[in-house]
Amino acid sequence: MFNKTVAELSTLLKAKKASSVELTQGYLDRISKYKELNAFISLDPARSLAQARAADERLAKGQAGPLTGIPIAQKDIFCADGWLTTCGSKMLSNFVAPYDATVIERFNAAGAVCLGKTNMDEFAMGSSNETSFYGPVKNPWDTQAVPGGSSGGSAAAVAARLAPAATGTDTGGSIRQPAALTGITGIKPSYGRVSRYGMIAFASSLDQGGPMTRTAEDAALLLNAMCGFDVRDSTSVDQPVPDFTASLHKSIKGLRIGLPKEYFGAGLGADVAKVIEAAIAEYKKLGAEIVEVSLPNSQLAIPCYYVLAPAEASSNLARFDGVRYGHRAAEYKDLSDMYCKTRAQGFGAEVKRRILIGTYVLSAGYYDAYYLQAQRLRRLITDDFNRAFEKCDVILGPTTPTTAFNLGAKKDDPVAMYLSDIYTISVNLAGLPGMSIPAGFGADSRPVGLQLIGKYFDEARLLNVAHQYQQATGWHQQAPKGFV
Amino acid sequence: MSFDRKDVIKIAHLARLDITEAEVTATTESLSRILGLIEQMNAVDTKAVAPMAHPQDAALRLRDDRVSEPDQRDKFQQIAPATEAGLYLVPKVIE
Repeated sequence: MFNKTVAELSTLLKAKKASSVELTQGYLDRISKYKELNAFISLDPARSLAQARAADERLAKGQAGPLTGIPIAQKDIFCADGWLTTCGSKMLSNFVAPYDATVIERFNAAGAVCLGKTNMDEFAMGSSNETSFYGPVKNPWDTQAVPGGSSGGSAAAVAARLAPAATGTDTGGSIRQPAALTGITGIKPSYGRVSRYGMIAFASSLDQGGPMTRTAEDAALLLNAMCGFDVRDSTSVDQPVPDFTASLHKSIKGLRIGLPKEYFGAGLGADVAKVIEAAIAEYKKLGAEIVEVSLPNSQLAIPCYYVLAPAEASSNLARFDGVRYGHRAAEYKDLSDMYCKTRAQGFGAEVKRRILIGTYVLSAGYYDAYYLQAQRLRRLITDDFNRAFEKCDVILGPTTPTTAFNLGAKKDDPVAMYLSDIYTISVNLAGLPGMSIPAGFGADSRPVGLQLIGKYFDEARLLNVAHQYQQATGWHQQAPKGFV
Repeated sequence: MSFDRKDVIKIAHLARLDITEAEVTATTESLSRILGLIEQMNAVDTKAVAPMAHPQDAALRLRDDRVSEPDQRDKFQQIAPATEAGLYLVPKVIE
């Protein structure tokens, strides 16, 4: 049962061969059995089971959609009415959200069950899940290894079959990098596709929610529910949303796949390179045409991102002041002291670092040199992609330079940690859709992710390209030992 | 350029973050290293490039000026650290 995909579970539910209550209880049991992974921050079985009962009624009446009754783990960055919503921070460790994020509202309307809230790097700032106030998540493939981040809890939960699917958010790689490191499928849609309303903001011009699943088909099913224009998000795009499952089965004969030469240079692990080369060979067999492209400003993406993201974060996180919700220091002399103490106690080291960097690059005298320069580079990086897409339909490369690193290995070296997102960050800067799918294993037997990058609003094609690969290979069906 | 202790104390104040003496030392070191990474940006001449704020360069939408949200003050204030008579309480700022 727990090896089944969302699509398969949906068929079982509709055929009355399983009930949502059985499924939900079964997954809740697994979550408690594999508690040591630390994939979840909060569970509310009574609430989940009430949703499951309502879904079963809907199924009985024949009013079910594809996600009705499917338990889905929600990243703890999405506000869900009545649920503890911490964003992995002490600052929000007492915050019971008083409203639903649009993403949550859409899953509720589809009849999905909220299975629990997953662990994550604090305020989504991290690439290993080690910055969480609730402790690190372990990678089910090797519990010495990190699951990646910031959506590490969602990734570990899906990989270990603690949930059939989960949500994540991706500001610089936070869906794709953990998906790669845990051997699952994850897609970051084009900027503006999925509403950010009720999704706790990190860097508003980069943040985007998306599904984390085991197959491209499941990702398409979840994306169908998540996408759509929302007046409550001022940057939501009013673009038609296709049925993402409709084009999965299309042949990819004649598809032009671009390989950016900068993604295959120094810094890419030899074992990862080998896996990606094998995937390219597989795509050739499927009839794709391989072309070389260039993204010459790739090496500037990380410096550019570490100006823009902290700048936006320092401004977004100004709202956490101990006045309206969240943590407030117990003792203080005056208002200013209350702010300073509340924030010093509520935020962890990495969040503070980014607030400080952001405050600095926006401060008088430095704005032009850092912030404006970074925004100019952002355009150069975006122009590189636009030029590359004149020669190809999708871009393919590794998601990460190496497989999952060990817990603790980069914890005290922020710059080394930042470099693990080298291939994912530029996609957020450009606002393009990007995806990671499992493509094999490294020398250490840990999973390797293949990244696919698409043109604006071309998620349907990415999912098609991923699905065709998954029809021809079995990497996405591999499961970590001890969890099946 | 790198940070010194004075810079870090000043930025921490701007960001309303209390910082201990011990933290100043560690933070000065880590921020200087991040700044070193950021300064790789300076290698590129961007004079002719327009800054990009958003992927879609879209203008903000306008809406009709009418009430669209219900009053949920009581619900929202249930999670506040301190309230009285529908107001959020903070330490006294005017003598």
